[in-house]
Amino acid sequence: MNALIVAGVLLVLLGVSYQTGWSKSRNLATANGVKVHSRPQYHGSYSAIWTMIPALVILLLWAWFGGGIARDYAVSQIPQDTLLALDQAGLNNALNRINALASGYGVAGDVAPWEQAAGSAVRSFNFLTFAGMLVLAVVAGGAGLVYARSRITARLRARNTVERVISLLLLACSGVAILTTVGIVASLVTEAFRFFTFINPIDFFFGTVWAPNNAGGANHGQYGLLPLLTGTLMITAIAMLVAVPVGLMAAIYLSQYAPRGFRAVVKPFIEILAGIPTIVFGFFALVTVGPFLRDFGNAIGLNINATSALTAGIVMGIMIIPFVSSLSDDILNQVPRSLRDGAYGLGATQSETIRNVLLPAALPGIVGAFLLAVSRAVGETMIVVLAAGNSPILRGNPFEPVSTITVSIVNQLTGDTDFTGPQSLVGFALGLTLFVVTLCLNIFALYIVRRFREQYE
Amino acid sequence: MATDIASPASRSASSERTRAIRAGLVRRHATEQIFRGLGIAAIAVALGFVAILFIDVFRKGIPAFVQSNVHLSVFFDPELIDVDPAPARDQFPSDAEYTAASLKWQRSVALLNWNTIVEASLRKAAPEAGDMTAREILSIPETDARHEIREMFVANPSLLGQTVDVDVLASANAQNWIKGNIDRSLGDKQQQLSAPARALIDTFVENGTISNGFAWSILTNVDSRSAPASAGLLGAFVGTLWMMLIVVVLAVPIGVAAAIYLEEFAPKSRLTDLIEVNINNLAAVPSIVFGLLGAAVFINWFHLPISAPLVGGLVLTLLTLPTIIIATRGALLGVSPALRQAALGMGASKTQMVFHHVLPVTFPSILTATILGVAHALGETAPLLLIGMKAFVASVPATPLDQAAALPVQIYLWQGNENRNFFEPRTAAAIMVLLGVMILLNGAAIYLRSRLEKRA
Amino acid sequence: MDMLAGKIKTTSQNLDSAMNPTDMLDRQIRLTARDVTVHYGTKQALHGISIDIPDRAVTAFIGPSGCGKSTFLRCINRMNDTIEGAKVGGTIKLDGEDIYSPDLDVVELRARIGMVFQKPNPFPKSIYDNVAYGPRIHGLARNKSDLDEIVVSSLRKAGLFEEVKDRLQEPGTGLSGGQQQRLCIARAIAVGPEVILMDEPCSALDPIATAVIEELIDELRENYTIVIVTHSMQQAARVSQRTAFFHLGHLIEQGPTEDIFTNPVNKQTQDYIMGRIG
Ligand SMILES: Nc1ncnc2c1ncn2[C@@H]1O[C@H](COP(=O)(O)OP(=O)(O)OP(=O)(O)O)[C@@H](O)[C@H]1O
Ligand SMILES: [Mg+2]
Repeated sequence: MNALIVAGVLLVLLGVSYQTGWSKSRNLATANGVKVHSRPQYHGSYSAIWTMIPALVILLLWAWFGGGIARDYAVSQIPQDTLLALDQAGLNNALNRINALASGYGVAGDVAPWEQAAGSAVRSFNFLTFAGMLVLAVVAGGAGLVYARSRITARLRARNTVERVISLLLLACSGVAILTTVGIVASLVTEAFRFFTFINPIDFFFGTVWAPNNAGGANHGQYGLLPLLTGTLMITAIAMLVAVPVGLMAAIYLSQYAPRGFRAVVKPFIEILAGIPTIVFGFFALVTVGPFLRDFGNAIGLNINATSALTAGIVMGIMIIPFVSSLSDDILNQVPRSLRDGAYGLGATQSETIRNVLLPAALPGIVGAFLLAVSRAVGETMIVVLAAGNSPILRGNPFEPVSTITVSIVNQLTGDTDFTGPQSLVGFALGLTLFVVTLCLNIFALYIVRRFREQYE
Repeated sequence: MATDIASPASRSASSERTRAIRAGLVRRHATEQIFRGLGIAAIAVALGFVAILFIDVFRKGIPAFVQSNVHLSVFFDPELIDVDPAPARDQFPSDAEYTAASLKWQRSVALLNWNTIVEASLRKAAPEAGDMTAREILSIPETDARHEIREMFVANPSLLGQTVDVDVLASANAQNWIKGNIDRSLGDKQQQLSAPARALIDTFVENGTISNGFAWSILTNVDSRSAPASAGLLGAFVGTLWMMLIVVVLAVPIGVAAAIYLEEFAPKSRLTDLIEVNINNLAAVPSIVFGLLGAAVFINWFHLPISAPLVGGLVLTLLTLPTIIIATRGALLGVSPALRQAALGMGASKTQMVFHHVLPVTFPSILTATILGVAHALGETAPLLLIGMKAFVASVPATPLDQAAALPVQIYLWQGNENRNFFEPRTAAAIMVLLGVMILLNGAAIYLRSRLEKRA
Repeated sequence: MDMLAGKIKTTSQNLDSAMNPTDMLDRQIRLTARDVTVHYGTKQALHGISIDIPDRAVTAFIGPSGCGKSTFLRCINRMNDTIEGAKVGGTIKLDGEDIYSPDLDVVELRARIGMVFQKPNPFPKSIYDNVAYGPRIHGLARNKSDLDEIVVSSLRKAGLFEEVKDRLQEPGTGLSGGQQQRLCIARAIAVGPEVILMDEPCSALDPIATAVIEELIDELRENYTIVIVTHSMQQAARVSQRTAFFHLGHLIEQGPTEDIFTNPVNKQTQDYIMGRIG
């Protein structure tokens, strides 16, 4: 409700200010017949900028601090002796009841007289502050508008100002990307650092036992990364064994052999595979692929667990097929036709051309694509959470359950911890490891792919 | 018939070579066929997996769209419903007092044992169930039947003393039995329902007291643990909707603006190079890392509410931003220099050129990229788990600040439910809904692109 | 049948087409094309081309850009098969054998008719492997020393051996443009083709490298049937014995190079040679 009112007021401000600037500019042009530097739209936008910025600043300040002030006021309305008797939870409960009364909803149970009184006091306080803030915003906006209007003359370079504001806005938007990275690095590093105040980095990076004591207490448990790392690597390797041959061959067939119509039909279907959420693959792995592999193993006398590195790896490989194939497709298409023609001209068959000329020429690019796919597999979460079996034990048998870095992050960060012990902080240390590994892979892969592109430009 | 007219000397040399080449041809063509076959096999594998996955999910999920309803005729027995009459507004001087009284009355209604009413209705429908215990009988309807009947009464207290026909859901275990999700030949020990209850269910199915219908509950209910058969996706769906709204409202303008800046305005400098490398790498950062970012920054530092679509939406915004920026930049790059020069030549400023001439041309691509980005964000699960969205939430979030689930998270939660027999199909059904939304979005992207491109 | 009979037979065939009857082919005919048409999708690139190409001589195709010279050249070793949507009609015979017949193996055909391209396109392999590639895939060498011999003699024939004999294992892409083109010629020769097709082999080269290649072509003429596409009138005049002029997908005129250049029958040919079109 309040948000709607604020939005309405802002819209009115926007319309009025734009219109004011616009019509003043119009008048300038028609009244004096002079040449006006900027078109009326720019004067409109100019006054709108001068109006909206002060109004928005005030509203933002209110949004930021208003909640705290309202809470303080509500607390001040609780009688002193009652207040002293309340603990934190009790206080929150009392405030909730007061606010519920203030907003006009009833509350369960008997209402104490002081609650009733506080409720109505808070109600009028809220109304007054809201109205006051709104008036203040309108006044500030109006002042901006008056100033802007007085500045509008034929010579005012409104267009330049408006364009500068626009490009500043644009710059700020691209800054968000930088901020994201800064946020990622800052949060991972600080929280991981806090983790390392509990656990020695050596014990973390080279420890072979993963046994966090999630119950808390003085004994934190053991946080050895190696079991998770081997699990991650094993699953990644299996995934690559599935995805690279299939993805690469599919790309080769589609780009070199398939008739146009076939390609047009098949490509979207493979892209569907790329669009399926990983949780769906996880479910598929868990309820279909895992049991199938187990039964298959039984039939041939192998002991395969339903949830194992193999299950997760195979399904992850399937997930990555379209990624590999579309990257490889791109790269194969970059190899110049003349090389292929050279081989055909010598009488090479199509497969000889592809194997002996096309693939070697595309190799650097394909390696880059491969690394990007590895980075994808290393960071993939839901498939392994559901299908890898979550067994953080150092072992090398792909038929056994394993755990991975990402699985452990999900397990350790349940979302409702306040990050005080190593049990949850380890999530950030794992995240940092993951981030660094994938970042290195990506930078290296992107570098290779770019070099490859330049080679054939 | 070939006439060899080359000179005798070269003829013998060339025929020797021809023989050598011919000797290898069979093998080489065989290799060629094998290679081509491998290509087809690879495509078949990729497509086969798409097909298997879809068939598997549909085969599992479609039965979950059928639910068993128990038709009861409920007698609101005044002897069992022993409460004061509901307060009326005109008995009280103020709203607040009326609300208080009304809440008090509702509490007294809630304290009644409504199961006795449900049980009585069931016994009425099955006289042969005389010696079954209340527990056994009540294992047939879902546990929320009593709430449903109570709420009918709260909404309309005049029902007291009347008999009303009500449809309630059969319990998850009963539905497993009816649909054959559980092996009927298992012994009593492994069955969830007692033998008399199972027999009664079969009787009910035969005499039409229990019948099947489309499971609207999946679409219109919120999640539920105590009454699994009534667990639905509405809460998760609305949670997802809030998040997508935030993604669209934030990621699209910011992403497009950033792309415009980088492609059109940015001077070639160290900083812009850095931004560029940064965006490319950001696009390849594992999604779970964004979840860590959300947990540390939004929840731990900014104290935004946990499990809220707001935080989820922000995290997903940051996640999709690089994709949208990259796609938009690609689209801008594709605009012909001629168009730019024409615009600049007409005396347009750079800003005017971009906003009046370049952006409209790229609109279809940006739109498609946006939809695909949103579709991708829609399926993201891992980062949401880290910001607390794996909590059980049984309500529809009214604002983005309320606790909520999301569709993919709901899938995650349901697949982990102990009642596998019942929840495996339900999870598959939820996946069908999720895939349906995604296919809709992708289809919309393709359709819009082709339409807009035709118009342009 | 003896050589003379063959010659008479093929020449008499010529007379039925719209050819210059005074143009007596004094050499044996290796390739005969009759009514060759090419479509790229719906677009027709060649209209009824008929031509005879003699053995151990250089035939030059000239004509303005886009007139279909490369297209026709690619028909001769069926490189058009590799282009999606290209359809070839009419007949082309190599030594009387229809190269578009279904029982003909295109791999074998291309081993007999080699091709050198406009832009030097060495494979990203060593110089040695570039040249050895053809013999290897076709199984022409029984052992390593056989292969060495083929590589060395091909490089020699291409006039490149002396320059690269110390760095046979270095990548072929590291050579200069002219050397790369000679490497491609060596690569083509190594298979032992009977016909060599060259599509503007010198257009990416400087005058000195061009002169070297032209000299090379002149030497190769002794043993091979050579067809060369060129934009340079001088080059055609220097290296070829016969010339065919293409225009807009039609073969306008063909005959001994000397005749075409000094005494063209057709006005379009004349205009082109005088530099008025194309
Ligand atoms: N792959 C192709 N697809 C469609 N059209 C083509 C293709 N290759 C050539 N063409 C068309 O066929 C015609 C003849 O092309 P061709 O390459 O044979 O000309 P050219 O005489 O070799 O020209 P240039 O001297 O420029 O090399 C041209 O109009 C060209 O556009
Ligand atoms: Mg050409």
